[in-house]
Amino acid sequence: MRFLLDGEQREFARTLDGMLGSAGTPGVVRSWASGDHGPGRALWGRLGEAGVFALAVPEEHEGVGPLPVELAVAFGELGRHAVPGPLAETAAAGALLGRLGGDAAHVWLPQLASGKAVASLCVLSPGGSPYALDADAADAVFVVDGDTVRLADSHGPVQPSADPARRPARPLGGVVFAQGPAVTAAAAYAADVAALVTAAQALGLGRALLERTVEYVRQRTQFGVAVGSFQAVKHRLADTLIALEFAQPLVYAAALALAADDPAAGREVAAAKVSACEAAYGAARTALHLHGAVGYTAEPDLSLWIRKARPLRTAWGTPAVCRARVLAGGTLR
Amino acid sequence: MDLDFTAAEDALRAEARDWLAARVPSVPLPSLETAEGFAAHRQWEGMLFADRWSVVSWPEQFGGRGSSLLEWLIFEEEYYRAGAPGRVSQNGINLLAPTLFEYGTDEQRERVLPSMASGEVVWAQAWSEPEAGSDLASLRSVAVRTEGGWRISGQKTWSSRAAFADRAFGLFRSDPEADRPHRGLTYLMFPLDADGVTVRPIGRLDGKPAFAELFLDDVFVPDEDVIGEPGQGWRVAMSTTGNERGLTLRSPGRFTAAADRLTSLWHSTADPDAGVTALGDRVADAVIGARAYQLFAYAHASRITAGGVIAAGGSIGAESSLNKVFWSELDIALHETALDLLGPYGELSDEATEAPAHGSWAEGHTFSLAGPIYAGTNEIQRDIIAERLLGLPKGRR
Ligand SMILES: Cc1cc2nc3c(=O)[nH]c(=O)nc-3n(C[C@H](O)[C@H](O)[C@H](O)COP(=O)(O)OP(=O)(O)OC[C@H]3O[C@@H](n4cnc5c(N)ncnc54)[C@H](O)[C@@H]3O)c2cc1C
Repeated sequence: MRFLLDGEQREFARTLDGMLGSAGTPGVVRSWASGDHGPGRALWGRLGEAGVFALAVPEEHEGVGPLPVELAVAFGELGRHAVPGPLAETAAAGALLGRLGGDAAHVWLPQLASGKAVASLCVLSPGGSPYALDADAADAVFVVDGDTVRLADSHGPVQPSADPARRPARPLGGVVFAQGPAVTAAAAYAADVAALVTAAQALGLGRALLERTVEYVRQRTQFGVAVGSFQAVKHRLADTLIALEFAQPLVYAAALALAADDPAAGREVAAAKVSACEAAYGAARTALHLHGAVGYTAEPDLSLWIRKARPLRTAWGTPAVCRARVLAGGTLR
Repeated sequence: MDLDFTAAEDALRAEARDWLAARVPSVPLPSLETAEGFAAHRQWEGMLFADRWSVVSWPEQFGGRGSSLLEWLIFEEEYYRAGAPGRVSQNGINLLAPTLFEYGTDEQRERVLPSMASGEVVWAQAWSEPEAGSDLASLRSVAVRTEGGWRISGQKTWSSRAAFADRAFGLFRSDPEADRPHRGLTYLMFPLDADGVTVRPIGRLDGKPAFAELFLDDVFVPDEDVIGEPGQGWRVAMSTTGNERGLTLRSPGRFTAAADRLTSLWHSTADPDAGVTALGDRVADAVIGARAYQLFAYAHASRITAGGVIAAGGSIGAESSLNKVFWSELDIALHETALDLLGPYGELSDEATEAPAHGSWAEGHTFSLAGPIYAGTNEIQRDIIAERLLGLPKGRR
């Protein structure tokens, strides 16, 4: 056993981090939130060139995947830089079509893999969401309803989210293009991929929030000293780090289980989703609180990160749904 | 010991309930953190005032009913139960008014209080500065003596609702030579549209201009607008922070009403076959917390008043720190539980067309997140509790 990322995976993360670090993502997030998708689409294209979306698409459709571990690595960086858009949905649509094959796969997968097309995905199931994320920005919105899948014709009004860079809307219409048990199985796999990458994204987000907050409490002084020297502040940050550090291995274990088509993969993913998203939301609460009133304002870029944490926590499996899945079997592997 | 209400208390409750039932807007007013909503709320305050419901605990001469603290708590329970609008006048009513009752002159009380109670003049609190938050005594804005008054300069920040308010009250350094930072501060009132005042709105997390920065450049304040003695500002201000942390800022009625809404949400979303799940446990805990706060408040009210008028006195002290930590954490727990019950709908902002169908919890959640920060952060409150109520040694601060 060697439960560590290899050199190539670490290098991939570093490359994405460097690219996103100089891409001005806060401005991209603000544009996206205002309904101007131009800068976001441009960034999307660069992520496509870097190979991010190809990781979810099988080789026969011009992808390199599915590679869940690499997806987790990449999405950690997307989360760290608060990249907007239907990221998990595009990866999951790749996974769905990859498993289904057929005409839709031929048409869409090469475009998704290269980053030329943006997809959204809505899986209508108990506990799932009736909304497709960023349907107004997507080139294709896939809707799974029980054992059918269709390509939506249009969407209802955008429902403003707690994270202004998320633009959920109900998909409308469309003709069923696949039906049967294969759809159900492919959709379950796609939902697992979505949950996994959402967890990875949350972890990256949480780490960025922690880093910024540590930096802030070092330089903010009250009572003549850095507020980071107060024990209550230190302990809260220490707890944040502990939560993130112990969620990280769950995310990689879930990725390995998905890669191996392990029958317990769904439960591993659920465990990762709960712990990563709770850790990230905890990091957001801590960041907000330790920045004092500054943390409660929209102008600093910090707010873009803070506001992402909560919706990620409920996207692709609420904590209650994930916990129920964990309990549905015996101990995790 | 009993928990029975007197006939007079029951009568007040019934009167308030009827009045509110007839007048609370059936469609909620727009958010009071927007210009449009602020105007609508101001009008609502005027309606409350017209029938003497805006400041029930104040003496009648200023538009109140001379109600006891317990009667005020009862009124607030009815107010929130009826789903009545949030109060734009709250900073004036909860912070400035008690200060004026204690330290103001008769002239100040007569001039300031009625227009505050009617919503005609809305007040903002100008205490914090960019470098002076928890360590408020380190503030740097100055007041310099001049003919007939003072000239104030400096920068204040995070002043709630100052983007739309009319006047502000705040602390200024009037004696830079004083031996300790708490000394040599003066407490005064000033108009936000005076020469030399620039108000810059600041968006809170959801972008709404819920507070503002104030830039003050040589603004004239006449002597009649100084509260208490010049140089005694810290003492004057500290006498009222108990109100900010305690019951009068956040009455239990707000939380018992929210707990009722949460319980309904639970009943409408829970799977009847699943029994009580972990989320149900959290709903129950929030209900228990709201009830605990309500009962604590009854005991508190019984202790500090014997039927008198709270606004006129009744020192609250370090106990208000217990309140502050409790209500701020309860508020977050209530709202987070609601969002969790809503699952995928929990991310909808209150502006989403589909939000009202689910109870519109987003703005309440956003606001709850600030609770552990304003009115003195919870770390500072826990220090006060540990040092003043438990007698632990003072830490480094
Ligand atoms: C919604 C909202 C409304 C507000 N409205 C007003 C208003 O109307 N008027 C006004 O004047 N101000 C207002 N404020 C400002 C508020 O009073 C300050 O935010 C508060 O005093 C904290 O100061 P700060 O934000 O500078 O945080 P800082 O003092 O910089 O604190 C940063 C972090 O360090 C921690 N910390 C600081 N000192 C200690 C210590 N000794 N021990 C342990 N931890 C410590 C804090 O708890 C916090 O988590 C408002 C704030 C908010 C969020």
